[in-house]
Amino acid sequence: MTEQKTPDQKAPATIPAQSKQLPGGLTDTSMRVTGTRLDPSGALGSRAASAAHLDLDTPDHPYLDSNELVINMGPQHPATHGVLRVILKLDGEKVLGTECVIGYLHRGVEKIAENRTYTMFNPYVDRMDYVAAVSNGLGYCQAVEKLLNVEAPPRANYIRVILTELNRLASHQLWLGTHALDIGAMTPLFYTFRDREEILKIFEKYCGARLTTHAFRIGGCLYETYAGFEKDVKNFLKFFEPKIDEYETLLTGNRIWIERTKNVGVISAADAIALGVTGPVLRASGVKWDIRKAIPYANYADFDFEIPIGENGDTYDRYLVRMREMRQSLRILEQAVNGIPEGPIMAKVPKVIKPAPGEVYHSIEAPKGELGYFIVSDGSTQPYRLRVRPPSFVNLQALDVMVRGALVADVVAVIGTLDIVLGEVDR
Amino acid sequence: MAEESKSPVPTPPEGEVKPTAEKAVPPASVGAQSPEKPVGSVQTTQAAAKPGGEGAPAKPAATAAAPAKPAAPTKPAGPVPMPWTSPMVEKYKAQYGSGLEAQTYLGQNYFSVDRSLIPDFLRLLRDEEQFDYCVDITAVHWPKREKQFDIYWILYSFARNERVRVRTQIGDGATIESSVSIWATADWLEREVYDMFGIQFDGHPDLKRILMPDGWKGFPLRKDYGILQQDKEWVQINLGIESGQ
Repeated sequence: MTEQKTPDQKAPATIPAQSKQLPGGLTDTSMRVTGTRLDPSGALGSRAASAAHLDLDTPDHPYLDSNELVINMGPQHPATHGVLRVILKLDGEKVLGTECVIGYLHRGVEKIAENRTYTMFNPYVDRMDYVAAVSNGLGYCQAVEKLLNVEAPPRANYIRVILTELNRLASHQLWLGTHALDIGAMTPLFYTFRDREEILKIFEKYCGARLTTHAFRIGGCLYETYAGFEKDVKNFLKFFEPKIDEYETLLTGNRIWIERTKNVGVISAADAIALGVTGPVLRASGVKWDIRKAIPYANYADFDFEIPIGENGDTYDRYLVRMREMRQSLRILEQAVNGIPEGPIMAKVPKVIKPAPGEVYHSIEAPKGELGYFIVSDGSTQPYRLRVRPPSFVNLQALDVMVRGALVADVVAVIGTLDIVLGEVDR
Repeated sequence: MAEESKSPVPTPPEGEVKPTAEKAVPPASVGAQSPEKPVGSVQTTQAAAKPGGEGAPAKPAATAAAPAKPAAPTKPAGPVPMPWTSPMVEKYKAQYGSGLEAQTYLGQNYFSVDRSLIPDFLRLLRDEEQFDYCVDITAVHWPKREKQFDIYWILYSFARNERVRVRTQIGDGATIESSVSIWATADWLEREVYDMFGIQFDGHPDLKRILMPDGWKGFPLRKDYGILQQDKEWVQINLGIESGQ
């Protein structure tokens, strides 16, 4: 076996997980390929386990005489959904390990927060996960409300739930369109973008903006619903339900789709928990956990809906989970739009927001997973420290575990199925 | 759910801040949110009721509210951290004594623990108490303190449906054990804390910058790092911008 050096030796090809010896309770199965050849020191505790799993990869029988190749994917790559750079270590077409290089979109949101008042910082959160800006705003407003110990009035909560669920649908539509496009199905993209437009129209009519909505304020909502809001939402529900069926006819039973997604990017429930993965990715691995049910916020406790879960934790299950989640969102929307109470939309919040010294952590179920805000107040008008717990950032960490042993083309599928937004990863 | 329901002071939707009532403020001033009330008198009452009142309590409140309309008296006299008791807390208090303090604030529970307990206590929380999901790891910089950094672990248990925070203090330049071997997710989270605060985690498999570029100098989320501050040298070399901004 001749260990030929690849020309790109100065690339940081140290694949960290190799030497980690299954940290943090990761089960053996996750490390499908333990690249003995990646680790020149040979200090690899789990060699036996990996060899059993992939009997080709023992030191005595190098299964291919090809050179290991380090290639760079991104940051300007259409399938990385932004500026994500992934360094892939390949053997032929098989992925031996990956390393993500992120931070290209880093804007220092947390530093900015320390230099703005609580109210001034509100629009910034929309710019993190810009395809689910409403969820970001909800999480932030509720976190500050928690710190102030106020609660939004019931009518505001209903409006919040309606807009947030609409935004969840919009986010899932964008995920579906781009994910399918990455895998090679172009049609769904046009369908989902066509239908997403209807949601954005409602946003535009409500608050004047389509993407970075800044829809909510600390204490409730600034805007009352416009005349015909309920009618628009009800019309949308009627319009959208058959559209989900339409998407499913394109993909659910499609043989190519199934081939490309079944058993691709598998992550077990134990690994998902150890890696802090949340949202649909966690649920597709069979963990029935949704913050809307576990720790209800706004008035989600009032609504009747289910948490769809998957079994295999593969890309296909994640697809199914999100599709079912869209249907559940429709259920929530229907209940919410029929039950909007009358009343104020703004709680009594001081004009100058000056929370007592203290700290709170508040999180919501954003379309991508647990979105949390940890705020430390020193009693002034500006947050002393504001930490965002971004679901995309934490979920992206699971990429390495999910693609080891898979093919290069599967990396694209897995990035799509993780549903990351780089604006949120990098903040 | 447990978290929300345990809140010591459930606030009515009207947003009236009740806890002030506990602090022996006359009821008149609690209802002082109506716009007609004069500000001055209300504020002194509040400030006096403030639990950990600073030297001159009336001053900061008055200056802050001055530019605002009279309708906006700030209500700093919020709830205060209370001792948190539960079977779990009793158990660890007995075990660790003064090294561990358990409190609850606005319905959220947290441990303040001594730096020396750190890897063991976190491991116990995972193994014995089923806190199997590490939500977040972060830090806060308090430059005026002797031990400048607060490090936080936000943990969640699926089995108990409970969230808890663990906080410890370390000084500038001190290191702390990595928890990557406890929760794999700590890898990137600790890298981010290192990147932003310069806190070293012992035993981390690959501690390097994650959001900032590799060669960057300085740790942006420290309080002494200005918001406009850049690593001029890095900007000049890598971006070719002469001014460095």
